[in-house]
Amino acid sequence: MTIDWYPLYNSLRISAIACVLVFFTGIFFAYYAAKLPRAVKGILDVILTLPMVLPPTVCGYFLLLIFGVKRPVGAFLLQHGIKFVMTWYGGVLAAAVVAFPLMYRTARGAFESFDRNLAYAGQTLGLSNTYIFWRIRMPACRQGILAGTVLAFARALGEYGATSMLIGYTPGRTATISTTVYQLWRTDDERGAMFWVMVNLAISTVVLLTVNLLETRQKKAVKA
Amino acid sequence: MSLIVRIKKDFGTFRLDVDFTAENGVTSLLGASGCGKSMTLKCIAGVEKPDEGYIELDGTVLFDSKARIKLPPQERQVGYLFQNYALFPNMSVRQNILCGLCREKDKSAKEKRLAEMLRMLRLEGLENHRPAQLSGGQQQRVALGRILVSDPKLLLLDEPFSALDGHLRDSLKIELRDLLSRFGREVLMVTHDRGEAYNMSERIAVMDAGRLLCVKPTKALFADPGSVQAAILTGCKNIAAARKLDDYRAEIPDWGVTLETKQKIQDGLCAVGIRAHYFSPAAQQNRFPVRYVEEMEEPFEHILQFRYAGQKEDSPPIWWRLPKDRRPQTFPAELGVAAANVLLLYE
Repeated sequence: MTIDWYPLYNSLRISAIACVLVFFTGIFFAYYAAKLPRAVKGILDVILTLPMVLPPTVCGYFLLLIFGVKRPVGAFLLQHGIKFVMTWYGGVLAAAVVAFPLMYRTARGAFESFDRNLAYAGQTLGLSNTYIFWRIRMPACRQGILAGTVLAFARALGEYGATSMLIGYTPGRTATISTTVYQLWRTDDERGAMFWVMVNLAISTVVLLTVNLLETRQKKAVKA
Repeated sequence: MSLIVRIKKDFGTFRLDVDFTAENGVTSLLGASGCGKSMTLKCIAGVEKPDEGYIELDGTVLFDSKARIKLPPQERQVGYLFQNYALFPNMSVRQNILCGLCREKDKSAKEKRLAEMLRMLRLEGLENHRPAQLSGGQQQRVALGRILVSDPKLLLLDEPFSALDGHLRDSLKIELRDLLSRFGREVLMVTHDRGEAYNMSERIAVMDAGRLLCVKPTKALFADPGSVQAAILTGCKNIAAARKLDDYRAEIPDWGVTLETKQKIQDGLCAVGIRAHYFSPAAQQNRFPVRYVEEMEEPFEHILQFRYAGQKEDSPPIWWRLPKDRRPQTFPAELGVAAANVLLLYE
């Protein structure tokens, strides 16, 4: 039997790209949210965290409301050749939206526990704010940021609800591991479904092992 | 070398309102924790913004709310030694100190000044250590080195000894004092410890609840604190409300006595203070019968608590502190205080 590896390839590229997007946007919002006045911060926080508590299908519904080809935004984008519905990069959008709160919240937690005096010390020594951010704040918050990134990647990889709403399931085009599992199960291909379940398990295990390995290495580096 | 600070900042429940000038040498801001000392330093360094006011260092305006001037901390040339030293944990000693040289572009000059600083602070051989691997004293030296290589015009020290053990503290005090005198710039130090303020500084500014009460030369402040808060902060144990009777006599209703003073009493006298070690059985002035209530033994001295014969019941007992070797066999029935040792405290 020949296996169509497309779902693996598609899932990996969708979650990798979504993860990179979420990494930067999550950190950006986490950093600036901490500086906002409390009232604004509270409201922003609710909006940014909603995708985490809403059922993914509801997120998918909202995405369709905005990016559906008959909706103003969707129609406008379509005129410029960008279509999020039924395309693989629509999957990136869906995965990013759902994974975003995980990155945002863990990064924010890490930033909040950051010792402000470190940033102040850098400033009084004449270091630029950019240098302080990338060379002092980020390394100090490394563990939180790393945890957020991994969680976001895992969530993006496991994304099903919003993805199936926005891009559906087309073999060889929009199929991801999770939508394939469901599709194969639904069509009584139990062995096929099992195969992709195993693939998913393998990826998740490798990701988690890598993280643990990185952590212990960093601890050793600090001790040495 | 001069620093002018005139700032206000409102925190809702707490208002910071300080106004002082400092010149050459070490000035201490002495106050209880939470009185706004560190916030004052942060405003001078530029990492916090006052609501309004004016800050000038050596003729350069750092902050002026009216003229809308606010120099970023990077351009103020103000060094800040944090209470926890704020060493960058992910960098080695060498990298930490190089951060203080970020304005220096010439590579060989950078290396030269780094090497000089390492030698001066006895940090040679520790270049590649991380802050977590250093002792408290070494950490403080690295933090200082990092600041001193950046050549600041003003050095701010925030409770520089609070993170250290008592034993280490005393030897570091001496070390830091030498270093600061070699540094030869203006230093503003924040502390809640009167001993540290006395050891380290030429001038002391007393702060209480966000306000600056007075700025005086160190010895003058301890000899004549002038206000109740300053008397408490300089360690005066016995303070009681007082009423002026005439130019050299004050009545102390709580203690049931009238005290003679050497200094002329001004109008507006609100209290007097007597330091615990000023009482003496030999003193002839202000001599009154006493009744002992409590004795406490410390490593090198005795603390006796007594009440004057006519003292009100609800007023706290008076402290007398004396070295162990001078503890008498029988406690004297009367104790006196030299008129010069009665501190006059005003509103």
